[in-house]
Amino acid sequence: MGSNWDWQVFMQDPGGKYPTYWEWMLSAWGWTVSVSLLALIVALVLGSLVGIIRTLPDSPWLTRLGNAWVELFRNIPLLVQIFLWYHVIPALIPVMKDVPSFVLVVLALGFFTSARIAEQVRSGIQALPKGQRYAGMAVGFTTFQYYRYVILPMAYRIIIPPLTSETMNIFKNSSVAFAVSVSELTMFFIQSSEETSRPIEMFLGVTALYVVSAFTINRIMAFIEKRTRVPGFIVSASGGGGH
Amino acid sequence: MSNLDFSFYSWDVVSKFVLNGLYFSVILTVVATIGGVIFGTLLALMRLSGKKWLDVPAAIYVNGMRSIPLVMVILGFFLLVPFFIGRPIGAEWSAVITFIAFEAAYFSEIMRAGIQSIPRGQVNAGMAVGMTYGQNMKLIVLPQAFRNMLPVLLTQTIILFQDTSLVYAIGAYDLLKGIETAGKNYGRPIEAYLLAAVVYFVMCYALSYLVKRLHKKIAIIR
Repeated sequence: MGSNWDWQVFMQDPGGKYPTYWEWMLSAWGWTVSVSLLALIVALVLGSLVGIIRTLPDSPWLTRLGNAWVELFRNIPLLVQIFLWYHVIPALIPVMKDVPSFVLVVLALGFFTSARIAEQVRSGIQALPKGQRYAGMAVGFTTFQYYRYVILPMAYRIIIPPLTSETMNIFKNSSVAFAVSVSELTMFFIQSSEETSRPIEMFLGVTALYVVSAFTINRIMAFIEKRTRVPGFIVSASGGGGH
Repeated sequence: MSNLDFSFYSWDVVSKFVLNGLYFSVILTVVATIGGVIFGTLLALMRLSGKKWLDVPAAIYVNGMRSIPLVMVILGFFLLVPFFIGRPIGAEWSAVITFIAFEAAYFSEIMRAGIQSIPRGQVNAGMAVGMTYGQNMKLIVLPQAFRNMLPVLLTQTIILFQDTSLVYAIGAYDLLKGIETAGKNYGRPIEAYLLAAVVYFVMCYALSYLVKRLHKKIAIIR
């Protein structure tokens, strides 16, 4: 019965690369953070592009392409997508053979999340009054210019709350990377519980780091939201929430 | 590059390896949805009860579950429970309990929004004709909340179905595992993963299309 706490276990020597389990866990946290942040960058870039092309005027094929992208990456489980990147793509595209699994997981998580961010960017753009678009056109802006100077600055402000939860989701979803042996927190939990037979302490340690990560993102995004707020401008991407 | 060959997925192979897995994935999805909605509704009622001793524990539970990755909950339950009950727990049962407990947190947020979407006047009207809290909830609030939230609940169920693939972590035999095992037995892992992607895509896409249709049909015009 392992009900007696033994926090000393974190000071034990796992007999490998790291002097203590504690340091191994911090390094695993580092992997979780780097997978998540890099995937977030991929997802923001791709998701913005796809989200924007779904709202462009008079381009039904780009819209269809964007819709297909979202449906494709939203309807396949993340774990299956990670296996596709890890097992299938290197076999079909020889250039991808030497890419490390860390990069493949970043791409998998980034593409997966890009579909959700594309949805948010689209709804953010569509939540703006049509008049903003027309105003941009009326002063002679090109499509690129009125997106750049009129629509996008407001749309991104609107979608900060859903982007916050999506960023927290990326951190949680990065745990699936254990399936292709990236040495992040979940992988650390599996290996260290097996080695030490102390899964409870390890679970609490790892869980605490996930919670700290989520809380930190939440605070950072709240700070960004506050700093970029435009006085007097209130629009909600969800359409105002019912009654 | 070897050519892709899906021909080994004959009916025999499918019925021997894949159908068991599909069966488990579907059962897990259905049981976790029903269990999660019931437990989640209870959590939502606790949070809306206005009583601190009910609200606070429910809030801690829901927010706690929502800030941990599902994989960690699945693994944690599977590895930790044997320490408390003194014997190992089967991967399948472990998955069922974990999914109900985890999804309840998400369903409770949906149900909370659904209950809050019912105008206060309806509750007051129920109280005015002498209904108890229980009758009010059962006869007036919850039926409408379910109806309003049905599309969201079903969308969450599709996500849940995708999430069931994560029982991979504890080695339970689900749809993904079934397709993978068949592929490995015939030395065709690449085809297996491609097939898995296609099967999940077709199922989830068809389901989300149906949910969209349903949404249009049952939307209450106000």
